[in-house]
Amino acid sequence: MSDTGHQTAFVRAEILPEAPPPIQEQGIFKWLRENLFSSPANTVLTLAAAWALYQLVTAVAPWLLNGVWTTSSLSACREVLDGSVGACFSVLTERWNQLLFGFKYPPELYWRPLLALALLFVALAPLLFAKVFPRKLLAMTAVYPFLAFYLIWGGTILVPAFAMLGFVVGYLVYIRLVYQSAAMGLIGGVAAALVLWYFGGYVTEPLANVLALEPVKSRDMGGFMLNLMLGVICVSLSLPFGILLALGRQSHMPIIKWISVVFIEFIRGVPLITLLFVANVVLAYFLPPESNLDLILRVIIMITMFASAYIAEVIRGGLAALPKGQYEAADSLGLDYAQSMQLIILPQALKISIPGIVNVSVGLFKDTTLVSVISMFDLVGMIRGPILSAAEWNGVYWELFGFAALLFFVTCYGISQYSQWLERQLTRENQ
Amino acid sequence: MAMLTEPPAESFRLSMLINDTRYRSYTFQFIALMLLIVFMAYLGMNLVRNLAEQGQDISFRFLGEPAGYDINQTLIHYTNQSTHMRASIVGVLNTLLVAVLGCITATVLGVVAGVLRLSPNWLVRKLMAGYVEAFRNVPVLIWILIIFSIMTAAMPSPRAFRGAGSEASMLFDAVAFTNRGVYLPRPIWEAGSLVVGLTFVASVIGALAYRRYATKLLYDTGRLLPMGWPSLLILVVPTVAIFFILGRPIGLEYPELGGFNFNGGIQIRGSLIALWLALAVYTGAFIAENVRAGIQAVSGGQTEAAASLGLRPRRIMSLIVLPQALRIVIPPVISQYLNLTKNSSLAIAVGYMDVTGTLGGITLNQTGRAIETVLMLMLFYLIISLAISAVMNIYNNAMKLEER
Repeated sequence: MSDTGHQTAFVRAEILPEAPPPIQEQGIFKWLRENLFSSPANTVLTLAAAWALYQLVTAVAPWLLNGVWTTSSLSACREVLDGSVGACFSVLTERWNQLLFGFKYPPELYWRPLLALALLFVALAPLLFAKVFPRKLLAMTAVYPFLAFYLIWGGTILVPAFAMLGFVVGYLVYIRLVYQSAAMGLIGGVAAALVLWYFGGYVTEPLANVLALEPVKSRDMGGFMLNLMLGVICVSLSLPFGILLALGRQSHMPIIKWISVVFIEFIRGVPLITLLFVANVVLAYFLPPESNLDLILRVIIMITMFASAYIAEVIRGGLAALPKGQYEAADSLGLDYAQSMQLIILPQALKISIPGIVNVSVGLFKDTTLVSVISMFDLVGMIRGPILSAAEWNGVYWELFGFAALLFFVTCYGISQYSQWLERQLTRENQ
Repeated sequence: MAMLTEPPAESFRLSMLINDTRYRSYTFQFIALMLLIVFMAYLGMNLVRNLAEQGQDISFRFLGEPAGYDINQTLIHYTNQSTHMRASIVGVLNTLLVAVLGCITATVLGVVAGVLRLSPNWLVRKLMAGYVEAFRNVPVLIWILIIFSIMTAAMPSPRAFRGAGSEASMLFDAVAFTNRGVYLPRPIWEAGSLVVGLTFVASVIGALAYRRYATKLLYDTGRLLPMGWPSLLILVVPTVAIFFILGRPIGLEYPELGGFNFNGGIQIRGSLIALWLALAVYTGAFIAENVRAGIQAVSGGQTEAAASLGLRPRRIMSLIVLPQALRIVIPPVISQYLNLTKNSSLAIAVGYMDVTGTLGGITLNQTGRAIETVLMLMLFYLIISLAISAVMNIYNNAMKLEER
């Protein structure tokens, strides 16, 4: 018998609407609980961190916000502040040009390094963002070094023009001869360029006024401009040398290998400061007595050597990371050494080593401040020398060093963020 | 029957030096060697000419002459009548001092910051990221100068400690931070302190032996002895006991205000502290990145596998993750030590007398022997670098994965 008498008391006919999650499981509360207060130890850490942050902010904020921007000396600053806490940023506004350009660069010519800096971005853009900008812009990149030299140092346009012409002629000769043999091409190209430069010297000297900008001496350059110049010049010069050294170190020829190894290990084993001492006081002994290379050029030589050794190690890592099959495939296609390096190995190896190269470049750019130790007036040198020793600004440490730190931070952080972005791009491409 | 003919014996022709890959490498190497020799000879000739022109020579005799300058922070006895050689040794010791101090502090900072960068705590993670980025992206020279100005400009002068209601006061009545440096109590070693020291060494050995025994017992029988507090007990109790039994043979000499300055105690110059702290926090930021990368490089599967074996989180860390991470972390950290040692040459910017300041600074300026001093300076750093890379190679070989 069926139990028909049983009645169901209640059957829900429609589904209940979803209840919102409990308040501690959603939104900011969930986030706070999971990220800041997930355990007692974590809570303690959070509170400690918050306390430290609070101390930092309360110490710095009034100093920063209460800053004085318009006085002409530290004592005037103190008068305006009248005992309250506040920074004396007037030193930055008053010495702005000195901080950026040094104290000897002629003020009416400031537009030239500024233009060179702006063009630097134009020249770098097709290299840094290869996908966005047309390849034609690379022509600008090739011209840029000569243009920048012309803008910053001035003088006749013939000098950079001949320098560029030498490279062009050398390249053309190389292209002609490289079909016979890579070594022939290289030697012929270098020889052609040297010949052109040698005879160019006879032309540029009498014609020193053709399209001449007012010349500026190397020793008149300073400030952050000097840091940027040293950084850009030395990094770009050290790339080709670094590649050569890395290839030399990987080479099967023992003599070439050992020359590279000794050079790299020696340079990497000594601090940059000793190399700057060499540039300052020793290098002159090893140059002919009649030559007088100015200090900035000697420093560029030594920093370039320094950077080349480090970049060589990075590129060597890239070369070693390539699978051996790539080398063997290049060999089996019948490519000779130069061709296989140029077409197969280096494009891949350099791509792998880009993050490392960027790291070295950032490190080198930071190290350009060391030139202040051999009494060159870069940003740090300007602060420690002319600005802090001036009677009206004696004692303004925080504002000046904070400004220097900020400039370097913005530049270096920007570069390293770019490098990380590039790394992500490259890994995505490789997948 | 086909005979295998010998390949015709090729006679060597001169053109093979360029065209034959077997011989071409000799040509290249010969050219490279010749270029190198010519280049060196050119430099050497210039050197001889320049020296002759200026009436100088190369000689290291200046090392035996009295230096004639004072060094304010020395580890060994030194007066301004000591030789340049001794001044250089003082400098070398000062370099090593700041390098060792810096490496220890940088390691502590770096490990803490690196581990905290992986913490589940958002605020701590971001703070540590801020620390790492702020210090990695600003030149170490600027940090040295900033901390040096804190030490010299923001600290009170010794005079401020005078009187009862003075503006500045000593920390625990023992440590004084002044603009002339930090004054610390100096330990006084009396008779019997040797016994205390030996007891301490013995108890360190004892603690290590106990830990070994406990590990062995664990592996042999599975019995787990407590590790933490017994080793602490072995470490502390005997030394403290002996210390009091012998009537406290190690005393402390506190710095005291006399005249316009502190007397007694150990004075650490502001320059040393600035250099030490700046190098430590700067290098610490790099080490933090190495530590973070090393821990992240141990794949998550390892942690999960360990958890599925029933290990607790702390044991997973100490038995599974750390041993694998350390192998990745240690080589870059050692090269950071090398960088720190090389960066310590920036001492010259704050007037700390390391080897760059004595040998490459004042000695160079006084004697004018640029080539000799810079050469010695480079050799010193080179030896340190080579020694550290040798240690690293030994370590890498010892730690190499035994692959099937």
